[in-house]
Amino acid sequence: MKQLVEELLKGNRRAAARLITLVENEDRQKTELLQAIYPHTGNAYVVGITGAPGAGKSSLVDQLLQEIRAEGLSVGIIAVDPTSPFSGGAILGDRIRMQDHALDQEVFIRSMGTRGSLGGLSRSTREAIQVLDAFGKDLILVETVGVGQSEVDIVRTADTTIVLLTPASGDSVQTLKAGIMEIADLFVINKADLPGTERTVAEINMMLDMKNSASWRPAVIPTVSIRGEGIEELWTALKEHRLYLETSGQLAEVRLQRVRRELTEQVEYLVKNRVWAEVKDKFVLEELIEKIARREKDPYSSACELLDSINFFESKS
Amino acid sequence: MTSKKIRVLVAKPGLDGHDRGARVVARALRDAGMEVIYTGLHQTPEQVAETALQEDVDVVGLSILSGTHMTLVPKIKRLLVDNSMKDVLLVVGGIIPEEDAMVLINEGYADQVFTPGDALEKICSYITGHFT
Ligand SMILES: Nc1nc2c(ncn2[C@@H]2O[C@H](COP(=O)(O)OP(=O)(O)OP(=O)(O)O)[C@@H](O)[C@H]2O)c(=O)[nH]1
Ligand SMILES: [Mg+2]
Repeated sequence: MKQLVEELLKGNRRAAARLITLVENEDRQKTELLQAIYPHTGNAYVVGITGAPGAGKSSLVDQLLQEIRAEGLSVGIIAVDPTSPFSGGAILGDRIRMQDHALDQEVFIRSMGTRGSLGGLSRSTREAIQVLDAFGKDLILVETVGVGQSEVDIVRTADTTIVLLTPASGDSVQTLKAGIMEIADLFVINKADLPGTERTVAEINMMLDMKNSASWRPAVIPTVSIRGEGIEELWTALKEHRLYLETSGQLAEVRLQRVRRELTEQVEYLVKNRVWAEVKDKFVLEELIEKIARREKDPYSSACELLDSINFFESKS
Repeated sequence: MTSKKIRVLVAKPGLDGHDRGARVVARALRDAGMEVIYTGLHQTPEQVAETALQEDVDVVGLSILSGTHMTLVPKIKRLLVDNSMKDVLLVVGGIIPEEDAMVLINEGYADQVFTPGDALEKICSYITGHFT
């Protein structure tokens, strides 16, 4: 196990892949592994890319890779696709669009399913980012489908967040409603070869101008990722945002927030696991649940009783 | 508390341009609860092996309709072994004559070979059976 981390730090790709699996599977050794990895993290710059299904996120990542590699930076990519709630399986197809870089040793791509555990998605994505960070990747791109809260959470982990919209789908308004407006550092209007692009760009710009309170004004960049158009502009804007974060002191602030969230989540995770392990050890929950359903008990006092019985409230002393 | 899932790379090495079969299999595997990494057409053996490595898959499923299975499968197997992935389950699907299938299996290049007549459930249960 120690050896796996050592191999990771030496740049062994197999070790990186194995470690991501172990954290994703909630392996017993996970915490120990992450402890060993953590001192070696903090060097990678993390970019989140989110947008509606089929908006062109993977195609865009593929195009960005050319710019990034042209500057000699190494890249890790985490591509998240939804897990089927019915079977627990998933088809992870983002690599289809990234085949040009399949054999580039400085590019490491990992596909992940959302696996649907509550809050677990953002945690396992963050942990996978840590593995790739310690692995030595300069830049880490995280692709997620922007639909739910957990996707928004993942993106909050990023230093720079790119929100991808398309002109035709009319999803601009919808997305803004979902509160994604607030998390975007850059807007990309992909599929700018389709009609309606100018209007969409103008719409977003108008909304941004109305809101303009923060010191960073997100750029709105039209791209045609299947033809490589607008990619240079996007890469430039990305670097500008990074420079802004670094020179304004915001980057330190963003990363403090991230650590705060990491710590909070880890405490909650430990408490939750510990409490449930003990409770499940002592009780047959199903009986209690049925009683509550029959209105013989209520969930509020039952929850207190459960915690009481494992001395949860006393253990404060 | 561990939550392991079987991860399968469904790859189409070679030059033939049909991936309908591969897509159908990918969907069946997903419906059987697996995580399927699908990479599209025209993969080189090197690409297949590298993807298997990065994705840390448990299974590599090759769909080969071009008739080049006798060169592609051993090549991919060797590359997987080079990547310290000799234990990955390697299954092949396609139009593959019985005697070729025997050679691939007996020589240790493939663990199992399926042909278009095989039911999807047979493929799924072969894989899930291997990991229980
Ligand atoms: N017309 C046009 N089509 C595009 C453009 N970019 C991507 N596409 C097409 O849109 C489809 C989806 O592209 P992807 O890159 O897979 O999109 P995605 O957002 O990663 O999709 P998911 O990961 O499935 O949510 C593909 O058929 C692409 O060829 C573009 O700029 N213009
Ligand atoms: Mg994608």
